[in-house]
Amino acid sequence: MYRYDLTDKTLVLQRVAQFRDQTQRFLNGALSEDEFKHLRLRNGLYIQRHAPMLRIAIPYGLLATRQLRTLAKIARHYDRGYGHFTTRQNIQFNWPELAEVPDILQELAEVEMHAIQTSGNCIRNITSDHLAGITPDELEDPRPWCEIIRQWSTFHPEFSYLPRKFKIAVTGAPQDRAASLVHDVGVHIVRGPNGELGFEILAGGGLGRTPIIGEVVREFLPREHLLSYLTAVLRVYNLEGRRDNLTKARIKILVRSLGIKEFKRRVEDEWQLIREEGLRVDEAQIARMQSHFQPPLYRALPNIAPDSGREAAFRAWYRYNTKAHKVAGYRAVFISLKKPGVPPGDATDAQMDLIADLADRYSFGEVRVTHTQNLLLADVEQGQAFELWQQLERAGLATPNIGTLTDIICCPGLDFCSLANAGSIDVAKLINERFDDYDYIYDLGEIDIKMSGCMNACGHHHVGNIGILGVDKGGEEWYQITIGGAAGADASLGTVIGPSVPKAQVAETIERLLEVYVQQRGSEERFLDTVRRLGVKPFKERAYAAPIAA
Amino acid sequence: MPRRLLRNAKIVVDEWRYVAEAAAETAAPLIVTLTQWQLEPDTWLARGTPLGVVLSPAHRVELIAADLKHFSLIAAEFSGPAEGRGYTQARQLREQWAFTGELRATGYVRRDQLFFMARCGFNSFELPDTDIDDACTAFATFTAAYQPSNDLGLAHRLRNTLAAPGV
Repeated sequence: MYRYDLTDKTLVLQRVAQFRDQTQRFLNGALSEDEFKHLRLRNGLYIQRHAPMLRIAIPYGLLATRQLRTLAKIARHYDRGYGHFTTRQNIQFNWPELAEVPDILQELAEVEMHAIQTSGNCIRNITSDHLAGITPDELEDPRPWCEIIRQWSTFHPEFSYLPRKFKIAVTGAPQDRAASLVHDVGVHIVRGPNGELGFEILAGGGLGRTPIIGEVVREFLPREHLLSYLTAVLRVYNLEGRRDNLTKARIKILVRSLGIKEFKRRVEDEWQLIREEGLRVDEAQIARMQSHFQPPLYRALPNIAPDSGREAAFRAWYRYNTKAHKVAGYRAVFISLKKPGVPPGDATDAQMDLIADLADRYSFGEVRVTHTQNLLLADVEQGQAFELWQQLERAGLATPNIGTLTDIICCPGLDFCSLANAGSIDVAKLINERFDDYDYIYDLGEIDIKMSGCMNACGHHHVGNIGILGVDKGGEEWYQITIGGAAGADASLGTVIGPSVPKAQVAETIERLLEVYVQQRGSEERFLDTVRRLGVKPFKERAYAAPIAA
Repeated sequence: MPRRLLRNAKIVVDEWRYVAEAAAETAAPLIVTLTQWQLEPDTWLARGTPLGVVLSPAHRVELIAADLKHFSLIAAEFSGPAEGRGYTQARQLREQWAFTGELRATGYVRRDQLFFMARCGFNSFELPDTDIDDACTAFATFTAAYQPSNDLGLAHRLRNTLAAPGV
């Protein structure tokens, strides 16, 4: 993975000093609440329900074990013993003391981490495919490009006060595992007319109050121009994005109001002015960055079937929680953070320490965060999978539900977030209580539930096969349900099935939707495809056919 | 009371006057708004003093591109702590229109913004009196940068150490 050089180290340490000074001035009264807000937000610090919430960047979801151990230590010393992994591959702590945040940043800096630009109206953490570098369908590892963009966008002097936040996702495979179509900018590694690698650039995707699927701005961009082209996109947005209305300030609104053709014209005009200037990424720079992401020293191993003859629990786990690896003899192993009864995405300090130990022993000392709020050991020998499973199982980290109904994406909701209208975590709990029969869950096949506690859509509900949105109805928590959303390369926005339902009826409503699917599905047809084929009507009819007992 | 400001990293007394401040000082260098300039350029030129113009955040720099030779100062106004268009205005003036005069940040300007403002090409800053005395330290907030900007010149490559930060 990328290791800091002197420049990186200097910058994060200077950032700690800057933030320490700003915090001090706020605590002394030299900075007002509002003035400090604009500064702390550039450093991932929100004021939440209970205490400040600190969001720490995990660039493109990649963690070394010493970094994960530092996160465990932060959870233990500065928080209440756990952290929450997010849909943007970051981690959040919900209980730090404001006065201690500079010390936390200092601890992070020592392991090459930070909280820079994890909130505020600036370019946020660059996210990517959690299977980058190991997936058989990949054209090229996107992570060197993520790091190039990360550096370019960090402390960008021109783009640190944008109209609104700005999220970039980069993928290198046809299958989109980074939800790039619902990002402000999606960067896809593609082949050009002569077979050379370059980028397709999309813009204007996003969720929130106005969900929109991103559109193609440029079908093929030669790779040396990536940063100048992004500069042109950001410059047009910085000047022309709306600043009069917070809910209309994202780039998606600008793209939609101009139309993609006019937006593209403006970007290309600006790009022509700057494309030959100092932002060209040359081959030597690309090679240097790629050298940071070389594959680990794999052993020459045959593919085996480690699950044959083993107990059913291991076989289920192996089938659902491990994925194909491009190197023979290896498997990518998901660590499910979706145990029933535990808030989705949460991990305790002890679990983080254990995962770090397991990663050192079984997966070359690296851990990845997925945008579905699980963790991943990317490079596990198939022959060691059983041993690994036993240890994960003992720690409550082997729930065999990856990619199934109970692998729920979920924001922190009303329990923690001051924006939320309704709880998310307890709805996830109710769904888990209702659907506890794994034969049934496995029979449903590939399906995802995504839930947000408010229309800011941190839980990506619009692109859930089943989406759940918390709404406030006269002081009570109600939930609006959508079906047919998808976040991959065939991204689509879900359709509302009808009136929202109270919390106690969410699980029953979902069960009714699933009944329609089970009755109507074709052979091997996914829930999403059945919804696309039949439309919402039969689902709606069943969901509201008879009153649900309270 | 004379206005103090930070220019080229030094605290100085401002010799410039905005139109509303200039009543009796007919010889003072004068800053006009873009609208005032567009309505009667000849009146202002006839004054015979150095001229400056202040841009609102929504103004595109192209609006004054043809008139740059008349201005030895351009000010960009920041309407509040979230305003960010001035950073682009500054870079465009310096890099695309080669403006070499004084580039001033006015309006909501605080020391925590100075580092980025300076990197974009601003060299003078109207800071509140409560903020101005310690503000110079802001130029040294970071001693390196990941991206070329006005301060590094356009021929520079990515990732450079800043030779003389912010000045």
